Amino acid sequence: MPIIRLDSLVKRYGEVQVLHGIELEMADNEFTVLVGPSGCGKSTTLRMIAGLEDVSDGEIYIGDKPVSHLEPKDRDLAMVFQDYALYPHMNVAQNISFALRLQKRPKSEIDTKVRDVADLVGLTDFLARKPGALSGGQRQRVAMARALAKDSGIFLFDEPLSNLDAKLRGQMRAELAMMSQRVEKNMIYVTHDQIEAMTLADRIVVMHGGYIQQQGTPEELFKRPANRFVAGFLGSPPMNFLTARIQEENGQIFVAGQGFRLRLDGAKAQLAGKAKAGEVILGIRPSDLRFDAEASAETSLSLNVLVSEYIGAQSVLLCECGGTNVMVELNSETPVALGQTLNFTVNPNGIHLFDQQSEEALS
Amino acid sequence: MSIARVNRLSPYMFMAPAVVIMAIALIYPLGYMIWGSFRDWAPSQTIGEAEFVGLKNYITLWNDPNFHESLTVTLKFAFFVVSIEMVIGVGLALLLDRDIRGMSMLRTMLILPMMIAPVVVGLMWRYMYHPTVGTFNRTLDSLGLPRVDWLGDHALMSVIIADIWQWTPFIFILSLAALQSLPRSALEAARIDGATAWQQIIYIKLPLMMPVLIVTCLLRLIDAFKVLEVILVLTEGGPGLSTEILALRISRTATEFRELGVAAAMSNYLLLLLMLLTVGMFAFTRWQEARAARIRALAEEDS
Repeated sequence: MPIIRLDSLVKRYGEVQVLHGIELEMADNEFTVLVGPSGCGKSTTLRMIAGLEDVSDGEIYIGDKPVSHLEPKDRDLAMVFQDYALYPHMNVAQNISFALRLQKRPKSEIDTKVRDVADLVGLTDFLARKPGALSGGQRQRVAMARALAKDSGIFLFDEPLSNLDAKLRGQMRAELAMMSQRVEKNMIYVTHDQIEAMTLADRIVVMHGGYIQQQGTPEELFKRPANRFVAGFLGSPPMNFLTARIQEENGQIFVAGQGFRLRLDGAKAQLAGKAKAGEVILGIRPSDLRFDAEASAETSLSLNVLVSEYIGAQSVLLCECGGTNVMVELNSETPVALGQTLNFTVNPNGIHLFDQQSEEALS
Repeated sequence: MSIARVNRLSPYMFMAPAVVIMAIALIYPLGYMIWGSFRDWAPSQTIGEAEFVGLKNYITLWNDPNFHESLTVTLKFAFFVVSIEMVIGVGLALLLDRDIRGMSMLRTMLILPMMIAPVVVGLMWRYMYHPTVGTFNRTLDSLGLPRVDWLGDHALMSVIIADIWQWTPFIFILSLAALQSLPRSALEAARIDGATAWQQIIYIKLPLMMPVLIVTCLLRLIDAFKVLEVILVLTEGGPGLSTEILALRISRTATEFRELGVAAAMSNYLLLLLMLLTVGMFAFTRWQEARAARIRALAEEDS
């Protein structure tokens, strides 16, 4: 399967520039997820790769070949759309086989192919139905089958699950993950849902404001976010951010703000030295806080519990620390009462420091 | 009277004025026409004085070569105008369904002919077709080409051209509206599936536009069978009977030949023809609704 490379890709609509020189390389057989809030340019990037949007500047390479001047049909790709984009006047079998029929493949080959992919996505009983007579999940499968039948090397997904209800979305996500292991293709998947990104991706590309913020494996991005945006975007419930200053006392480094003063050890203490004027943003994920009544002030946050959201085995506490909201994720069995001020120890590896001006992670 | 009874009757009471107007303006003349078509009836007589002749008027017409000629002209006219208008109208819509500078202006200009009164259209084209001072022949002269006897030898073609000029915009705007309501993403999917511009039209756009196109076509057919003013102004049915469409023949039978009964019978023949088309149109929409309902029911069954 070919490598896809975006070289300083730019998109302008009139005066407005929406993509600012995107540089990206997607390796062989890789599942790449472009994720970001709406308006970040992820869909535009995908549609430019597909050839549905013109390239304003820069180039797209598939293999070694520049393709930005080619029609979609000449780029060897298949695409699944958010609203499925089925042909309403054709039945399921005709929808699946449309590309093959345009290529004038022999009828026997088309029939075999249609049966194979219909079997793969579980549509065998519905081949004679029109899209209007299918449920949302079934339509989604037809869209998938149609893309699979084309046998192209590149598979594009534009928010394919966002029109499904929550339960079906979870189920289809799992099926997609299984399918991506079975078929060897380069997949590029656009979503605004960070859970889809985390669960499906070999590599996540986080976009915001027409720029790539960070790319890497889900684990890299989760553990070492490059800036405050990425840190806040990935993970649910999202990371807590507290304004703080770096302080030094008796050779020990502290990060201190309204209502807290944490001691930094080892590598974190070294990082703290790089902060401009000592002003930082402290980031802590809700799962890196643990209830411990005995904890010392130097290793814990003292939080006033406002609301408790019970979600089964886990609960999310909404707390307050020196005027800033802080969320804590903990086992529902933990005895906490609303209105109390409690101590929560901070996992020393879960401390993230960002520069206050640039919002980049200190490194 | 009980309140429930009044409630049940109230819709009919609200409808009553409309029904009365319909009865006076439509049912009564229609009944008069049908009644009159069975009589040998001159304009100087009241309908009661006219002699009852049964189906004689219908049989006379059935065997009248002039009526056949007129019917053929009408069918020819309707067939050619509607098919050519459909091709040009849909073709233009397919060409102009895009966002380029000045397109909205162009679209507005293209629908202007439809807004001009038919009599004015007739006068305009009569001037343009004039054998010596008309626009067309003068243009041919200046190009050194032989003149064409527009309203003589080629009268039917000339009235067909005028009608096409006036009514193509109707099909154009309806097709354009149909095109613009097509699902964009399905067309994008077709591009990715490898369809050329031409294949997108054949396999995606036209089939999806078909319901609108069929209704448009039937509407135009009904109109084309009733056309009168443009032809009346352009040729008055001549030369000979070459452009004498049914509507024109009916009016001449009543006024010039003073045979009201025959004219009424001819109107009834035309009415029957139009009713067939209208019933066809309703049957088509009903069939479509039934099909959509069946498909929806199927989807609900297993969801």
